[in-house]
Amino acid sequence: MTDPEAHPSAHPRLSELWSGVRSELPIVLGGIPFGMIYGVLAVAAGLNAWQAQAMSSIVFAGAAQFIGAQMMSTGAALPVLWLTTLVVNLRHVLYSTALGPDLRHLPQRWRWLLAYLLTDEAYVMTAVHYADRRIPIAYKHWFFLGAGFIMWAEWQISTAVGIFLGAQFPANWSLDFTLALTFIAIVFPALQGRPSLAAALSAGIVALLTFTLPYKLGLIIATLTGIVVGVVLENTSPTSRNLGGSGKFPGSE
Amino acid sequence: MNIWIAIIGMGIITYALRLGPILLMERIEIGGTARQALRFVPTAVLSAIIFPELFMPGGTLDISLGNERLLAGLLATLVAWRTKSVLWTIAVGMVALWILQAVG
Repeated sequence: MTDPEAHPSAHPRLSELWSGVRSELPIVLGGIPFGMIYGVLAVAAGLNAWQAQAMSSIVFAGAAQFIGAQMMSTGAALPVLWLTTLVVNLRHVLYSTALGPDLRHLPQRWRWLLAYLLTDEAYVMTAVHYADRRIPIAYKHWFFLGAGFIMWAEWQISTAVGIFLGAQFPANWSLDFTLALTFIAIVFPALQGRPSLAAALSAGIVALLTFTLPYKLGLIIATLTGIVVGVVLENTSPTSRNLGGSGKFPGSE
Repeated sequence: MNIWIAIIGMGIITYALRLGPILLMERIEIGGTARQALRFVPTAVLSAIIFPELFMPGGTLDISLGNERLLAGLLATLVAWRTKSVLWTIAVGMVALWILQAVG
């Protein structure tokens, strides 16, 4: 190890790729139920099998897909659906910004590919790996590829299984209710401190008050209300600082 | 609504958010308040979907014992809070809804 650019492995590309896959595995296993739930729910929401599967390949962002399927079934207008997607996925700008400098040396095709694979889960493991300066940066994009690809494969396969399962249930089994239940399971354990509780309550109440607005506009108004209430409360009560929302949709992507 | 156009639009938006900063050579500075606001997005948007699903299952406000989704949802909330498990929350919530629908 006299050369600082030397990689500890004789096959650095393969070794990085495999290490990306391996480090992502626990998260991948945790994501399987979510992919299946999405598949079931997309069918319950009225999407056909091709549309439900295509959303997992084209959008490839769990939370936005859950919300998108729900909005499609309730007849939201396209601009509102897209605006909601933008708000829900805005956090990816943070990930992309954080990793950008580390990918600067790569050819365009690599950057376009890795951006497609940039999920919450791939980001978490990749960012940790890039932060480890003992390993030279030259082959780290292979780690990113491994972590991103295994997450992608898991999401596509578990979606397909969910679509298959969803099609077995008769429509009167109220499977669309799994959406509300999934969201309850994500939101309630993440509520810590008054700002996040107030954000949830205010968003929920405003959603009820604005429910009859056309195009599902109420969803946007309610979401923005919750965000503002959370931020304002957090900034005015110093004791509850940094106890707000969890920052991501855990395991939902 | 054309579902295909909806899906492709969602895909383009999501990809642009993931790709844009990577392609930009300049480093983007994201302020503290923006980061703070982003942390509340999941809580706010999910709550904004959950409340109408529970309180307005038929499109109008229904706070009564006849609202099966509200009762099943409240039970599921308790389960989510105690177990922090998505699978348990869904299992208990769905079974509760089926029982309430069968009884009612």
